[in-house]
Amino acid sequence: MSKKVPQKEYERTLSYHLKEWLNGSKEILLDNVEMKPQKPFEEDKELLVERKKEEQQRFEKVYDLKSNREVRFFRKAYRVLSVLFCLFLVLMLLIAVSNLPSFGDASNPVNNEVSKRYIENGLQETGSVNIVTGMILDYRAFDTLGESHVLFIATCTVLILLRIDGDKKGRSGMGYEMEEDRLYEPKNDVILQTAARFLVPPIFIFGIYVVLCGHLGPGGGFSGGAIIGAGLILYLNAFGFAKTERFFTRKTYQRSSFCALACYALAKSYSFFTGANHIESVIPKGTPGDILSSGLILILNICVGIVVAGTMYTFYVMFRKGDY
Amino acid sequence: MQVFTYILLGFLIVCAISVSFSRNLLNSILIFMSYSLVMSVIWILLESPDLAITEAAVGAGVTSILFFITLKKIHAIMETEEEEEEHE
Repeated sequence: MSKKVPQKEYERTLSYHLKEWLNGSKEILLDNVEMKPQKPFEEDKELLVERKKEEQQRFEKVYDLKSNREVRFFRKAYRVLSVLFCLFLVLMLLIAVSNLPSFGDASNPVNNEVSKRYIENGLQETGSVNIVTGMILDYRAFDTLGESHVLFIATCTVLILLRIDGDKKGRSGMGYEMEEDRLYEPKNDVILQTAARFLVPPIFIFGIYVVLCGHLGPGGGFSGGAIIGAGLILYLNAFGFAKTERFFTRKTYQRSSFCALACYALAKSYSFFTGANHIESVIPKGTPGDILSSGLILILNICVGIVVAGTMYTFYVMFRKGDY
Repeated sequence: MQVFTYILLGFLIVCAISVSFSRNLLNSILIFMSYSLVMSVIWILLESPDLAITEAAVGAGVTSILFFITLKKIHAIMETEEEEEEHE
């Protein structure tokens, strides 16, 4: 049988105090302990001077080259070891180079049946006039799949390292200065703006041409994407973030690169399961030399181009501002 | 044409050595940029234009721009400008 304790008696018990403390309704120490506001720590000036002197003396004692033999020994040893290490590296690299097969030799391991097959049957099997693109995006498409994912992972890492989260208003002092530096918009430079107005459209058109004609001539997704990315950076430098954010934000980047990578992975990731073997595609090859030819290569080129252009631009924005 | 290639290769070696010996970081980035440009010309001479395009866009363009921003972020460019103003 529990006995009902009167309120005043209950208030004296430990459990009541504990409950009060847990609820935060009463500070236990408030009336019992004398409290003073803390002062910032200030060191006595004489003590400071003495301490500095002591540190200096200790430093001199440790690094006294005449009496401390250990320091002298290690200094010499480091120098000798670094020279020895460099010589060792140079020697190893030279040995490796001297064991390489000589350049242009007909019996080199490079000259095997694979490259012969690529050169002789490449046009027929991939429908791409540019044999290099045929190799990269058809025979060895899963290599390029890995490469574009490496780029995507690199962007993710840069985002993790350099991105600033929201809540920008709460900062002040040292942080504020950094913010100012980050938010600093390019000045209205007339020379730069006029040059950009004439240069950016040709750069974009050239980049798109390089991406789309990757199977017809020199170029392809990576180079075209890099050109488009460089053009975007030039445009951003001339006209500021307000103009680029109208058409390219983080959402745009996320969605476009996700779509491109997913498209690529859907088209070519079966190679990992078939052991890099080629499956005959149902898409017709078309006439070699036409823009709409060579099956999947054109689509894959566009995918790689989108990923690379977004990556280049995102790198720049992350380094410059820390956020879109 | 052979002589031209040799001149470019010599320039490449001079660039590569002077990057590491240049005291000013800004100068070394500019030298690095010119290295990439000469390299892209050499790629064209070696008959691989796709690599030349990529080298010009990535090596001379995007990489050096990223270097420039990094220098600006760590106040390596600003300091030299202030010093020059002080001298004036």
